This record gives sequence, C-alpha cells and structure tokens, in this order.
Amino acid sequence: MTDSLPLDRPSPSSDGRTLEAWEVFRQEKEGDPMRHGGSVMAPDAELAVHYARELYGRRQESVRLWVVRRADVHELEDPDLLQPPLDRSFKKPGGYVMREKLAAARERSGQAKPKARSK
Amino acid sequence: MTDPLALDPVLSPAERARLPFNEAHRPHDERFDLFEQHVLAGGKVEAGDWMPDEYRTAVLRFVEMHANSELMGVLPEREWIMRAPTLRRKLALTAKVQDEVGHSQLLYRVAEDLGKPREEMIEDLLDGKTKFHNVFHYPTKTWADVGAIAWLVDAAAIVAQQALRDSSYAPYARTMRKICWEESVHIMHGRDVVVTLANGTQAQRDMIQEALNRWWAPLMQMHGPRSDRAKDRDIHWRIKAKTSEELRQEFLSIYVPRVWELGLTLPDSELHLDDTSGEWRYTEPDWQELRTVVTNHGPKSEERLAFRRLNWDETRWVRDTILSGPRTIAA
Repeated sequence: MTDSLPLDRPSPSSDGRTLEAWEVFRQEKEGDPMRHGGSVMAPDAELAVHYARELYGRRQESVRLWVVRRADVHELEDPDLLQPPLDRSFKKPGGYVMREKLAAARERSGQAKPKARSK
Repeated sequence: MTDPLALDPVLSPAERARLPFNEAHRPHDERFDLFEQHVLAGGKVEAGDWMPDEYRTAVLRFVEMHANSELMGVLPEREWIMRAPTLRRKLALTAKVQDEVGHSQLLYRVAEDLGKPREEMIEDLLDGKTKFHNVFHYPTKTWADVGAIAWLVDAAAIVAQQALRDSSYAPYARTMRKICWEESVHIMHGRDVVVTLANGTQAQRDMIQEALNRWWAPLMQMHGPRSDRAKDRDIHWRIKAKTSEELRQEFLSIYVPRVWELGLTLPDSELHLDDTSGEWRYTEPDWQELRTVVTNHGPKSEERLAFRRLNWDETRWVRDTILSGPRTIAA
C-alpha cells in the first residue's frame, strides 16, 4: 500500500459498466438549502437516485434529493481567492464597531440611548 | 477587532493556505509530520486529502469492523420479524433491520473511499479475515432478547458512536451523526419492549429477567478490555476519543439505574457505584470469552457467517445485473 491511493477504484465489468461514486444532496424541508448528505456507488444516475432514496429518504427526512456524479464536481480551493490574506472586514457587518463612537455622539448631543425596539 | 480602515494581513499563511501536507513537492516525512500536527491540533481529514498509510489503515480497519458489525448485527433480530408479538412491533423491528443494513452500506461507502473495494470487504468478512462485534455471535432465545438487544446493545453502541461524531476523519464523523440519530429510535423501541414486558405477567417479567442475565456478560465485554490511552493508535490519530473503560463507565452510569428502576436485576453481585471515585465497580469480564467469540468461535458465529455466504451467492445475479445494465429484448 502506498500513501494516498486515488479515491475511487471503479470496478469494471465485462459489459463495460463501472460503479462510480455519486454525491447525494438533500433538502430537509421546503425552502431549506440543499446540503451534502453523503455518497452512493452506482453504475448510472437512475440507480444512484434509487440508492439515495433508500439511504437518505427512508424516514421522511428529506423532501428533495439531488445526485451528482462525483467526477462532475469541480472544486475551487485556491486560498488566494477564497481566503485572501488582507483584512476584508469592511465587507462584513462585524467590521463596523460603533459602540464607542455612538456613546461619544450621545454625550455630545445630550440625547439618551434609544430603547430597544420590541418585536 | 481590526480597524476597518486598515488593510493589514489578518490571516496567517497557515490559516489561509491549502493544508500543507497536501503539497506533493514536500518529502514524505515532512508531510507525515505536518499531517500529524494537523490532526493532533483537532484538524479534520477529508477523503481527498493526502494521508499517511498508518492513518489510512487505522481508519479503514476501524470503519470496516463497524460496517461488518452493522451487517452481521441484523441477523439475530431478523430471526424475530415473523415472530414479533404485534403488527406495530413487527413494523418497528423490520424498520430497525433495514436501518442497520443501511448503516453498513453507509459505512462500507466511507471505507471504500479509503481504497478497499466493497466486494473485498464482504469476502474478507465471510472468510473470517475481518471481525464483527462479539454481541452478534450469540443466539436470541426469546422475544425478550430482542428488547434487550435493541435497548442495551444499541445503547452500548451509541455511547461509542456518539464519541465518534467528532472523529478526525470527517466523512466518518458525518456518517456517525446520521447513524446516531437513527440509533436513538432503536433504543426507544428496545426500551419500550423491555418496559412492556416488565409491566406484564410474571411469565413476561421472568422472560425479560432471563434475557438480561444472558446478555449481561457479552454487554460488559463489548467495549473491550481496559487499554492504555497513551498506546492506543486510534486515540492518537483522534479516530476515536474514548478508551474502552471510559465507554463502559458511561454506559453503566446511564443504563444500570434504568434497569434497576424497573425492579429488574443484573447478574453481578459486585456491580455498584463507588461513591468515592464515582466509578462503577464490577466483576472482571471474561476476556477469554471475548477473544474466543470475536475470532468466530462463538455459539452462532459459523451459522451466521454461513447464512451470509449463502446470501452473498444468491444475490450475485443482482450485482451482475446492475453492472450489465439495461438490455433491449429482441422482438
């Protein structure tokens, strides 16, 4: 055994069909995002869908299932694009901290802090 | 909080880079060290990541044994589907058997991605080259055994499985989250069977008491002998988090009081909670019996493996048909 074998070793058959991995995505209830559930081995999409139903939809835990051939999943993992090194906090709400500035503004205007809005 | 006006680097190279052990240009030993550091710091490993053979083999062995146990574990229960006392029990038991086979499929899938084809895993199991849990080598004598298994065997298993939801091998950890959710239903089903019998006639109470007496020794052996945390390879790689004794103590502390609550007893006069240490004391389990049983010399080992072999041969046409695909029948 060598370190890090390839992920899939398709099992060939005399008829040329091979089992391959299909990734299963499931939606728990209407309106939810599709989430990765796991994967199944199947020779084609029809059987992959069937196996996905058996393993990820048996207990009414999914309202929708997608199966995608693993080979068709393309990954972007370039850290220069996904996790750029510079401070990007100006793109997020948490990048704007105003508590002290607001306190200073209130002191200057003599106004009280507004009450929290009730729902 | 960083100053929003600043443009300083906020992520160190380590935080933003690809996992360095995945970089193929590094020498093997360096990748090994980087991988180990990553895992020991609580990092997760995905199926596509580079990993040393030591780690791959350890995860594979662990998951394969687990998958085998799920697959073999349905046989004792399957025998009772036709004899279940009510329609609801029959449906619940059928669903449980289907779930456990489903778990074995999920787990074999995890193991396959580590490089061992499923057919090879099944054949190794049938040839006795790989093992399955001790508790599935024993006979089920009465309906009460079904309750005892579904409640206490599944409970002992779930204690171990909950500790695996945080395994360093992320595909296994994710699968365990799904499996634990399904197992919790099995425990409720089993406990309901046991409580129903405990509330029944004297004959029913005797039946559940006898089942507990039969299953207690295998249950106490199930997590294995005490082991040295420092020497445990699976703990080192964070594949699992707890030692056998930690799991057994956790099992005892939750489930012994629940058995006693029903006025039932457990066949160990030494069994008690030691107030000063907070640990359960018990008669040393028979580790020789455990070794005998898991090497396929248990009372039902050969019969159950023979059934699986028969089943494997009889279903060969299904696997062949799947690979040969749809055919057009000539008119």
